[in-house]
Amino acid sequence: MLHVDNIEVFYGGIRALKGVSLTVQEGELVTLIGSNGAGKTTTLNAIAGLLRPKQGAIIYNGEPLHKLSPFQIVERGIALCPEGRRIFAGLTVDENLRMGAIQRRDRDGVERDREWVFSLFPVLKERLRQLGGTLSGGEQQMLAIGRALMSRPRLLLLDEPSLGLAPVLVQTIFDVLVQLKEQGSTILLVEQNAHLALEIADRGYVLETGRIILEDEAAKLRTNEQVAKSYLGG
Amino acid sequence: MSFVEYGTQQFINALSIGSLYALMAIGLAMVFGILRLINFAHGDLMMVASYAALFMLIAGLPFPVVAALAVIVAALAGMLMERTAYRPIRGAPDVAMLLTSFAVTIILENSAVLTVGSRSRAFPVPEFLSTVYHFGNLTVASVNVVAIITTAILLVLLTLFVTRTDMGVSMRAAAEDLVAAQLMGININRVIAAAFAIGSALAGVAGLLWTAKVGKVDPFMGFFPVLKAFVAAVIGGFGTIPGAVAGGYVLGFLEISLQAILPGQWSAYRDALVFVILILVLLIRPNGILGAREREEI
Repeated sequence: MLHVDNIEVFYGGIRALKGVSLTVQEGELVTLIGSNGAGKTTTLNAIAGLLRPKQGAIIYNGEPLHKLSPFQIVERGIALCPEGRRIFAGLTVDENLRMGAIQRRDRDGVERDREWVFSLFPVLKERLRQLGGTLSGGEQQMLAIGRALMSRPRLLLLDEPSLGLAPVLVQTIFDVLVQLKEQGSTILLVEQNAHLALEIADRGYVLETGRIILEDEAAKLRTNEQVAKSYLGG
Repeated sequence: MSFVEYGTQQFINALSIGSLYALMAIGLAMVFGILRLINFAHGDLMMVASYAALFMLIAGLPFPVVAALAVIVAALAGMLMERTAYRPIRGAPDVAMLLTSFAVTIILENSAVLTVGSRSRAFPVPEFLSTVYHFGNLTVASVNVVAIITTAILLVLLTLFVTRTDMGVSMRAAAEDLVAAQLMGININRVIAAAFAIGSALAGVAGLLWTAKVGKVDPFMGFFPVLKAFVAAVIGGFGTIPGAVAGGYVLGFLEISLQAILPGQWSAYRDALVFVILILVLLIRPNGILGAREREEI
């Protein structure tokens, strides 16, 4: 479904990605783990079209993505739920969700998906008229994921959904990711919390200073000595 | 004239001039909200609309048609400005964008001087905009009433637009967070073009009302209004539409009050005092009167 082929991304003169390749198959939950500054967010931003790779290619269902604008990539069915949530603080929860579905013209489908998002995150329904900026951190993360789902993506990119959340909220978020996976969603999950990510993922990649150093089934990565030592805290 | 009559008279004047500042400030705020661009050339759109109207009136077109076409011309001019001058430097440092807007101003004003001359020309103001009503001691110019009502209607329409339509909500989203807006699948080029079109159309309306007030047009007519609109936008908290509108009216009332209070020989310092008050406002509330929060919105 998605093939990232040897991409290099630069920030000014600094080479942030030094030839990253990864694949996501339909229906898979793939996780990309690694420490701070390894290039995880950069990889997702390149797929979403916010950054242009200097080298390499990003192919989605046979079509190159790396020449498209971000909105065209959303048209192809890819949604990025970005690092730091980036919800629209001065827009209501309702308007935030509306923005997620901005390209859709199937009113009935949008209405169904709204109900579906409310079933995943019931608290959003209670907060509909509230401004996004007044939500708690956990609620904002739910809104950010719900907003991304409103485009009905065929591929969902998630950047650090657990960042800064209390453990109980992290569990809520990850329960929803498991639900999404069971409903057939395809997900590429970037996480610092490697432990949780590898528990729910099918496969994983380990990124270190701009390079993929390991890739395997999630279960095998969990027991990999190097991963255990560097990312699982033991 | 009684105190009440005098007060009413000045109230209408303040509301009228405040309306024009508000109309101008909205366009500045919309564009700044999304692009962080202070578009000084915004004032020249008043001039473009007014000259367009002048030549169409000379050609013999009826005023309602002329007004509508002049506003459309302003909107198109604004979109052209964005496409040719501002889009190529999008993402450049703020100073580069500001300097570009000075360049656009210079190009527009000098083109006007070259094509229509630098002398001001009398504008054939239609009768319904040049009559003066008398109610007892009260004198009310029809153009002020038209300015107040037109602006009120436009503000209602604008509010509906930014809260009810996909494009309007997208515009607010883009002003909040341009990157997140792109991730939603919003085509920001279209949103930016729409912001320029709407802001410029409002500047066109302001230009026509201004011209109807003063009865003449000249290539530099937009200079003071855009400065004042900038002050209005800053007072209100730059980059937000409600702030721009509030700032516009506050500025209108401030000016008229100073004019009423200041003794005759001081009236030349009115504008200077307005800027002193602007500085005071910014010292006390650096984010403007409606800008209690840190972030920008429109």
